[in-house]
Amino acid sequence: MKNQWPQWEVFVRSEAGLAHKHVGSLHAADARMALEHARDLYTRRNEGVSIWVVKSENVHATDPQESDEFFGPSEDKTYRFPTSYHVPEGVKHL
Amino acid sequence: MSSHVEYVLRFGDSALVLAQQLSGLVAHSPIMEEDVAIANVSLDLFGQARLWLGYAGELEGAGRDEDRLAFHRDASEFRNVLLVERPNGDFASTTVRGYFYDLWSYLALGNLTQSLDRRIAAIAEKSRKETAYHLRRSEDWLVRLGDGTEESHARAQRAASELWPYTGELFMGDDVDVEMARQGIGFDPERVREPWLERARLALATATLDVPGDSWMQHGGKQGVHTEALGYLLAEMQVLPRSIPEAVW
Repeated sequence: MKNQWPQWEVFVRSEAGLAHKHVGSLHAADARMALEHARDLYTRRNEGVSIWVVKSENVHATDPQESDEFFGPSEDKTYRFPTSYHVPEGVKHL
Repeated sequence: MSSHVEYVLRFGDSALVLAQQLSGLVAHSPIMEEDVAIANVSLDLFGQARLWLGYAGELEGAGRDEDRLAFHRDASEFRNVLLVERPNGDFASTTVRGYFYDLWSYLALGNLTQSLDRRIAAIAEKSRKETAYHLRRSEDWLVRLGDGTEESHARAQRAASELWPYTGELFMGDDVDVEMARQGIGFDPERVREPWLERARLALATATLDVPGDSWMQHGGKQGVHTEALGYLLAEMQVLPRSIPEAVW
């Protein structure tokens, strides 16, 4: 669509200590407006304490067609999972 | 009606009328993001109006609750400033009207947080946080429109010039204001004139807009003398509860 404001991706931190999480996208003329729109669209019900906005064009993604070479090789590497560790009895807070 | 009730009604009615105006824009914005933003402001103002009107009803002690006050008073019984009953017009008019109001409201609420009436101070405290954001948004938009395209600039300038004569009333005190200031419940509205003008001039300059010259200032809203626009607005807002008084939410 012509004359459309650029698209931005919105990340919201729900509470201190947690990571920002992608929540959606919106249109805005610049970063300041994007933050305001994000506030109005994604934190209306007390969802966040911090917002990041990133122009969608600056997000680079993996190509689904390359999924095999990207993600396939880790499927059979069971030694990367901590499943064979035995937790000694009596250990708390784990 | 006591000065105390009158005084609380003024803040409540201004918030209520502007809330109603903005609710009329829902689903009419050029883009979805602004639509939600305007609806948010409208809902904040309805929330503020409920607190003010609910308290006014308690003070009056005549059994009128917030709904009774909102839906069963005629225009001459409303105490809102004239500025908020100016029509939505184009987006520039909505923005400039909002900016003039938000800036005044923010300053007024700041004074009211010092009220000796603890209820007023508490309502002001809560409302001020919301209004700080409304002001940020309307000021941003004022600058964007004024310093935008040739057309947006022209529209913003026209809106500023048309609405300017409605700003004087914000700072005009009357007997009610004097009485409330004397009791430490309210403040002299003149006190917010200079801070308002200073910030508004700066914002208009940043927006490359001319500050409208001194002109005759409209007034009377606070005393119940309104423009005809309020009658139409109330007719739409009140038609349901007036036709079906037993209707419930």
